[in-house]
Amino acid sequence: MALKPLVLCAAMLALAPGAALAQRTDITIGMQLEPPNLDPTGGAAAAIDEVVYANIFEGLTRYREDGSIAPGLAESWEVGDHGLTYTFHLRGGVTFHDGTAMDAGDVKFSLDRARADGSTNAQKALFAGIDTVEVVDPLTVRVTLSAPNSAFPTNMAWGDAVIVAPESAGNLATAPVGTGPFMFADWVQGDRVEIAANPDYWGTPPALEAATFKFISDPTAAYAAMMAGDIDAFPAYPAPETLAQFEADPRFKLLIGSTEGETILAMNNARPPLSDKRVREAIAHAIDRQELIDGALFGYGTPIGTHFAPHHPDYLDLTGLSGHDPDRARALLAEAGVAEGLTLSLKLPPPSYARRGGEIVAAQLRRVGIDTRIENLEWAQWLEQVFKGRDFDLTIVSHTEPMDINIYARPDYYFQYGTEEMQTLMRELDLATDPAARSEILKKAQRVIAEDFVNAYLFQLARTGVARTGIEGLWQNAPTQANDLTGVHWTE
Amino acid sequence: MRFPGQLWIGAALSAVFVGAALVSLVWVPFAVDGVEIAARMQPPSPAHPLGTDQLGRDMLAMLMVGARTSIAVAIVAVGIGMAAGVPLGLLAAAHRGGLLDEVVMRANDLVFAFPALVIAILITAAIGPSALNAILAIGVFNIPVFARVARGGALSLWTLDYVLAARVAGKGRLRISAEHILPNIANLLIVQGTIQFSLGILAEAGLSYVGLGAQPPTPSWGRMLAESQTLIALAPHVALFPGLAIVLTVLGLNLVGDGLRDHLDPRLRRIG
Repeated sequence: MALKPLVLCAAMLALAPGAALAQRTDITIGMQLEPPNLDPTGGAAAAIDEVVYANIFEGLTRYREDGSIAPGLAESWEVGDHGLTYTFHLRGGVTFHDGTAMDAGDVKFSLDRARADGSTNAQKALFAGIDTVEVVDPLTVRVTLSAPNSAFPTNMAWGDAVIVAPESAGNLATAPVGTGPFMFADWVQGDRVEIAANPDYWGTPPALEAATFKFISDPTAAYAAMMAGDIDAFPAYPAPETLAQFEADPRFKLLIGSTEGETILAMNNARPPLSDKRVREAIAHAIDRQELIDGALFGYGTPIGTHFAPHHPDYLDLTGLSGHDPDRARALLAEAGVAEGLTLSLKLPPPSYARRGGEIVAAQLRRVGIDTRIENLEWAQWLEQVFKGRDFDLTIVSHTEPMDINIYARPDYYFQYGTEEMQTLMRELDLATDPAARSEILKKAQRVIAEDFVNAYLFQLARTGVARTGIEGLWQNAPTQANDLTGVHWTE
Repeated sequence: MRFPGQLWIGAALSAVFVGAALVSLVWVPFAVDGVEIAARMQPPSPAHPLGTDQLGRDMLAMLMVGARTSIAVAIVAVGIGMAAGVPLGLLAAAHRGGLLDEVVMRANDLVFAFPALVIAILITAAIGPSALNAILAIGVFNIPVFARVARGGALSLWTLDYVLAARVAGKGRLRISAEHILPNIANLLIVQGTIQFSLGILAEAGLSYVGLGAQPPTPSWGRMLAESQTLIALAPHVALFPGLAIVLTVLGLNLVGDGLRDHLDPRLRRIG
């Protein structure tokens, strides 16, 4: 009787090639964090956009994979009145998933809703420069700014600026209704979100008929799910130590790209002794970035010397300013009068870059005489204690928003820097429409925060993803927080 | 399961573990905070007998100091359990059937009714993870165990003639409990203590595994295991050794506990 299973196996093997001929039209995407809700206009969590951006919701403009801006619901736009007015021409025949038409009224509603006083939008700064939004005709909207802002089309590409309908705006958190190529199907809390192709999509219909986002927070479980084939792709794969195994396995391919994640050792600039620039400088010199990248991320990451993405054309390589120099660090600490017995808290959120990186940073700081009290926090605790409560000395976190150097102009931001100088620079940046002038200001800002050693700038987080061979069209880079499935298809 | 010499095998395993912890107080082969990325995940070699972990720290040193963490947590947790549980149990037995007995035993039931690990997670989540809080969480759950053992043992003694004699002689209940009952249930308590000690080590490893025990950089077996899980195909020794340490230690202590019970209880002692 031992033969029977063997025969069955053989039969299954014989069937397999036939089955493979039909290309799959579904995909299961792994994500580490579950979104708290599905409303990109009402929550800050990156996981929201990673599910809904470009899939369920669309904005006037959108990000492409290379970080450039492409037309979205607006076919084209004109800039007038010396950069003060933007006239968006909308695509015709676009409907929301509930069947209602998308028109200029919806755009006005969405922008006014986002910038209203009571708005819960997490990125209200994107809309702060809007003076008025007028409906010119059903397919034309004119936005007047209070001051010229050349980055306005980029602002409109953010997930926080997607276009929603007044009929459905109230329930987006659990029943998102957008204009995208996919419609929301189901959300099993704690497990997965399912979306299905939108048959009435205005653009090229997606190759996939259905997609599932499965939430697996534990890196070990993520590895097992990937290996077992329960997940087809894990674009932000959390266990870099296992990437070598996937690379060697013909069933899988790696998706290595860049992200907007500047990973920093953030310092509480308002709390002594970190309010002393010499102490911050000492900490910056104590860090060996390459050791950190090798140890925490198994080599996947690019050292940075300021809060700016290295793949951006305006990036300045300032890593030399804070090169690894333990002797200089010790000298600076002595100069600041804290050479003996300095103990700082180091609060670490869950990602492995922070947890494993934290232990390496602690060891590096110990070499120059700084002791740390490591505290491992869950995200909710980290947001409460560090981000909102500002009760920390040091923390490691990746800032994944694109172009977020303006956080250094906010005195109330968690690391509490926000000097006059940075505020002036950021105001100038908003007003500058000339690309050369913008570039100058951005470079100056990078230098200011690097020379002030606001934080220790560690590395640009790499996007290390794993996918089954045969899946094409997934984003390799992450110019914004998204898993754009519009162009994803199976080739085998 | 009982076999000759189990006490000695158990004692030998336990001695290795306690010895490693004691030696680590004065000497470790390498500093446990010696992160050295270039030398990470090395297989066992003459320089690093058990290899190095994912941050290049010496595994032997990590395990030795980890043993210290485990012992410290387990000893104090057992201490808490004994210090509070034994007097409560004796008191309950001395007032058998009385209000005091009822209150102590029902309070015991209450603690028993909750899964220990869940409450431990609750305690550490409420007041923050640290080795101290792990001790507290584990210790609280040792109290009812010792209270029950002490009460059970004491009740059987209370009916014996020499206790009756002591009562006739006019000794009070507390005095009898302390002078006559406690010495005669000591063997029970020692055996139970050994078992609870091994459970304490297991609980500490469990709490550390989920991140609620000793915090880095203090080495802890449970956390070493948790952090090395994804490395199992890459560098199996990093996960294997902490796992083995936990298994062998708990096995050793259980063998000691069983062996001691046989040895101390004349009714179970083998002839020959």
